[in-house]
Amino acid sequence: MSQATTKVKYTATPPENSPRKKTFFNRLMKQMDVQLMVWPGILLIFVFAYIPMYGVLTAFMDYNLFTGSRIFDNPWVGFKHFEAFLTAPDIATVMRNTLMISLLKLLIGFPAPIILALMLNEVRHMVFKRVVQTITYLPYFMSWVIVGGMVMALLSTENGSVNMLLEGVGAIDEPVNFLSLKEYFWGILVSTTVWKEIGFGSIIYLAAIAGVDPHLYEAADIDGASKFKQIYLITIPTIMPVIIIFMILAMGNLLSAGFEDILILAQNPILRPVSDVIDTYVYRVGLQNGKFSYGVAVGLFRAVISVLLLTAANYLARRSGNGLW
Amino acid sequence: MVVCIYVFLILLAFSALYPFWNTLVVSLNEGTDTAKGGITFWPRMFTFANYEIVFQDDKILNAFYISFSRTIIGTISATFLTALLAYGMSKSYLMGRGYYSFYFIFTMYFGGGLIPTFLLIKSLGLMNSFLVYIIPGLISVWNMIVFRTFFKSLPVGLEESAQIDGCSNWGIFFKMALPLSMPVIATLGLFTAIAHWNDWFAPSIYVSNQDLLPIQTILRKVLNSNVLTDAIGNDSIASEKMASKALTSKSLISAMIMIVSLPIIAVYPFLQRFFMKGVMVGSLKE
Repeated sequence: MSQATTKVKYTATPPENSPRKKTFFNRLMKQMDVQLMVWPGILLIFVFAYIPMYGVLTAFMDYNLFTGSRIFDNPWVGFKHFEAFLTAPDIATVMRNTLMISLLKLLIGFPAPIILALMLNEVRHMVFKRVVQTITYLPYFMSWVIVGGMVMALLSTENGSVNMLLEGVGAIDEPVNFLSLKEYFWGILVSTTVWKEIGFGSIIYLAAIAGVDPHLYEAADIDGASKFKQIYLITIPTIMPVIIIFMILAMGNLLSAGFEDILILAQNPILRPVSDVIDTYVYRVGLQNGKFSYGVAVGLFRAVISVLLLTAANYLARRSGNGLW
Repeated sequence: MVVCIYVFLILLAFSALYPFWNTLVVSLNEGTDTAKGGITFWPRMFTFANYEIVFQDDKILNAFYISFSRTIIGTISATFLTALLAYGMSKSYLMGRGYYSFYFIFTMYFGGGLIPTFLLIKSLGLMNSFLVYIIPGLISVWNMIVFRTFFKSLPVGLEESAQIDGCSNWGIFFKMALPLSMPVIATLGLFTAIAHWNDWFAPSIYVSNQDLLPIQTILRKVLNSNVLTDAIGNDSIASEKMASKALTSKSLISAMIMIVSLPIIAVYPFLQRFFMKGVMVGSLKE
């Protein structure tokens, strides 16, 4: 609607003696049907994406829920909440968890789909390949609630398959309650995430591999290059641009260690020292405990660093000719 | 080496499938018997009782109804509006196109975050309303880009001939662009539907009215408390039954997990045909 009214202003004050404006207006009128297709989208994005960006200003205020309907009724406090976060006793834990979980996910979760794609590419048996692909994509489409439910069941002390297996091979004497022990949490979290996403993540790399010129392999075969050498010297360099693009995107997400997965898997408060990351911290302290301004400040801190990381990664990638923009 | 690859892939596929299989088996096993342990590949005491109990609970049925209506209404409206936007954006003569593009794509990299969005929803009066499931998700910038790429690839001549026949842009959109883009609509529509079906977090923060909660949020509560009766209340016949049976709810929870994943497993084969293409269009071009 706001877009519509600004455009209507032109009719209210027609620009006189200005042929450029006149043709502008005429052109606009002529393509009004297409413009009308676009404006609802613009309006919706304005409300649900840009207004929250403006709400970020509450990070510099003492936001009060009762005056909150008019944002500027709240007093400005400068960087108070940022300082509070950066000096808070929790920050060390939260930052450590965020970076460690994120790096673990990157280290294991990033190459895993590439390796899977390379493996699938070696499979000549098409039915087998299809079946493996179909099965490994499946977890990606399940909600974290369902995945969490299944992980809890598998790890449970009561009829949990993992405990049964470990007991069966004699690795443990009695069932271990894995999901309530701090030392196992990162492992469980990272492996569950990789398990959920490996299949779907491999699609894009498989597609990229499909684009490799088969003549290259034939030539390499004639030159006597082994399979490993062919993968290393032909396949990987060819799909490098795709790998780099996804690397850039992963860089921008370095401070998003996960949210839904952690909320679901870390339900035991004992796990908080290893499970609290920036996003869950914002949710818990900012939203659940009602410290809105503080939460927004922490969230903004995260968003700004993420954009900086993304830009830096893209800058580096662009120097090698593979930038995202 | 090839043998190693096959063995590894079989193990991977097994690890992806086993949790589902085990959940199914536990859901088909008698509850008190499951508690004794040892249920892996086959049910020991086969029964449909868990499913019967879950399906008798009014609250769970209502949550399914909410989930289904949300998924259907949300998917149709969002796919339509996003396609419409993308069609407009695909016209090279669209005035302000460059600005519009930047305006949309910027939101993919920066956003207000959880709390400002929460406060916005609150001040819009969308809390505790079914509309909170639909309206904020009407436009997906990512899907818009995929649609736009597809619309741009449609032959120009087709459109010109329609224009000569007196078709307006709206006519072309409805009569040509939409029917021709059915594969893309199917892909993106199914992705949108799955996102709607799987959403549990938004309801958990925006909705406190129990009758408006979708099944995923209810399931999450159940998993959280580990006792089915806690989450769904004591007023229904089914929960009395559960209490009287005094059984661990493990088999019941498994039945619920199976029922919640079933719609996805059912549409998944149709989805799979399309999504490889859909994903490619979205990520490799532009």
